[in-house]
Amino acid sequence: MSETGKFGQYGGQYVPEALMPAIEELTDAYERYVLDNEDGFMDEFRERLRDFGGRPTPLQYADQLSERYDTDVYLKREDLLHGGAHKLNNALGQVLLAKYMGKDRIIAETGAGQHGTATAMAAAHLDMPCEIYMGRTDINRQRPNVFRMRLNGAEVNPVTVGRGTLKEAISETMRDWATTVETTHYVIGSIVGPDPFPRMVRDFHRVISDEMREQSLDRLGRLPDSVLACAGGGSNTMGAFAEFVDDDAVDLVAVEAGGSSLTVDEDEGVAPNSATLSTGVEGVLHGARTKLLQDSDGQIMESHSVSAGLDYAGVGPELAYLVDEGRVTPVNVGDDAALEGFHRLSQEEGIIPALETAHAFGYLHENPDAVGDVTLINVSGRGDKDLETVIEETEKRDLDVDVEMSVFESSGGAM
Amino acid sequence: MANNPALAAAFERDEPAFVPYLAAGDPDYDASIEYVEALARGGADVIELGLPFSEPIAEGTTIQDAIVRALDAGMTPDRYFEFVEDLDVDVPLVCMTYYNLLYQYGDELGPRPFVEKAADVGLTGFVVPDLPAEEADPLRAACDEFDLDLVFIVAPTTRGERLDRMREQVSGYVYVQARLGTTGARDDVSDQTEVSLSRIDDWDVPKAVGFGIKEGDHAARIVRAGADGAIVGSALVDIVAAGEENDDPVADVADRLETKAHELKQGALRGAEQRAEASGD
Repeated sequence: MSETGKFGQYGGQYVPEALMPAIEELTDAYERYVLDNEDGFMDEFRERLRDFGGRPTPLQYADQLSERYDTDVYLKREDLLHGGAHKLNNALGQVLLAKYMGKDRIIAETGAGQHGTATAMAAAHLDMPCEIYMGRTDINRQRPNVFRMRLNGAEVNPVTVGRGTLKEAISETMRDWATTVETTHYVIGSIVGPDPFPRMVRDFHRVISDEMREQSLDRLGRLPDSVLACAGGGSNTMGAFAEFVDDDAVDLVAVEAGGSSLTVDEDEGVAPNSATLSTGVEGVLHGARTKLLQDSDGQIMESHSVSAGLDYAGVGPELAYLVDEGRVTPVNVGDDAALEGFHRLSQEEGIIPALETAHAFGYLHENPDAVGDVTLINVSGRGDKDLETVIEETEKRDLDVDVEMSVFESSGGAM
Repeated sequence: MANNPALAAAFERDEPAFVPYLAAGDPDYDASIEYVEALARGGADVIELGLPFSEPIAEGTTIQDAIVRALDAGMTPDRYFEFVEDLDVDVPLVCMTYYNLLYQYGDELGPRPFVEKAADVGLTGFVVPDLPAEEADPLRAACDEFDLDLVFIVAPTTRGERLDRMREQVSGYVYVQARLGTTGARDDVSDQTEVSLSRIDDWDVPKAVGFGIKEGDHAARIVRAGADGAIVGSALVDIVAAGEENDDPVADVADRLETKAHELKQGALRGAEQRAEASGD
């Protein structure tokens, strides 16, 4: 990491000039409050994460999975963080920072709705007005999170351009910010965007691996052989990896969404996956140079995943860099295996995971020998938001692990 | 300062420049050729010709829609270069696009192959809304190598050291963003324009103002305030969009564009007269 906000050749600040003064202001605030703990900012942040968020989250031994795969599987239970996902770490950090900076309005984009929900909660908690941009497609497939945002008092603005998913929501939030930059802070939801966002969002999520590392040493007297985390934009991924990057013996595995296929349709501009780290090409999108799903001209592709939170054509520049350096191993898991992972964790461990998280369990199932004797898996979120999608998608398929819902039919009702 | 003599000449005439924008290929290749040529007939001094990118983060809905129409009709960087060669206009053309398209073109990553090709087909410069001065060195170097200009956008929020940095980098003209936000036609001209122009009045590069200019009177007002040129995009794209929606003949839409261009150019000229009167020349 250099002073200019680059990770190797990745990162940078590719944004309209109108936003640059705000980004300079944010960089200054990040360095003073987050890095130097000015005015006790980090102390207040940690206190609120504890009291409001419920940190630290447990590291739990997974009995059934450990037996099934003949390896010690530990679950980092970020699904138990307030709101049901890791997202609160960053949302709370940024809304608090906006408050220290004297901003009086919060905007954010959201894909699965987890970041929007976390931002709405943090904004309500800290008494800041909040507007969330969300793609029309995502609004329809993540209804419970839309309800939660509204209940916390946030405005939800539908984005109808393009396929109406995360990529379009980010572009639209940047447009709002370009108009309101003097009074508004944009709480970006992943380790993407212009510097300082990728390193700042990572630092707010760093608490995940900080706890994992300490819990591992306390409980096991050793570090794990591997850490697994799903990767879309990459915030839970870098949160789970950050403190292990210098531990060369710990394998860091980023599990991407393989979607329905890894091949792309150039004519239609569609990649039926979100496997950016595995298949992407270097380019510039949403403020940073990073790996992207794009056609040969440089137009950004429409990505796909059954999980809305991984459905993004870009990825954090730091992850792109760590993959090029060979420090992080990118792998991918398709929609079917992710759904099976979802059902397996629900049935065998009593944890209904987010569909994003389920990709990591799909990988474990397909590669139990690749994770070593001790593996830590980041359970980045819980799956309540995905129930309708999962039941719908499961009915369409012939999966190895399944669940049938005929109980509804006997009473005459339908899902 | 300028690299490209044709672009420099467009601003050296003793009158304010009218700088219209259209997205190349909107709503299709052939109609778009007619529309751009109509702007030249209507009095355009420089034309900003948009190369459509899938994620235009600086654009409002009008130009976003134009970009979608052009992409759906098959516009690509290679087709864009053909488009420039097919145009029969005697007006310098500036390429307005986003950095990833410049970065991906050709066999090597980086802007040089795109700039080389742009020079080859006769483009005179670039406006790249997602490329601030901090990241512009590779494009600046390629522009210098091929005698093309790199226009920067000065925003209402640009002050202090940022202005100094842009002053060193800019060439051709400076694009003064009249208001915060995205592109789009408005019903008034922002008071911000005068303030922004006053911050750069000692720069020795022509100053063209854009964002929100819709009518001849708007053009007059910004020229009166000291602008050397008026940039108009969305108000023209609106005419293309209406023609497409109503299925109007291409020749009719082209006539409307020519008339609108004339109105805007006359407005700019009127502004220059008013400025001269006010200063007692």
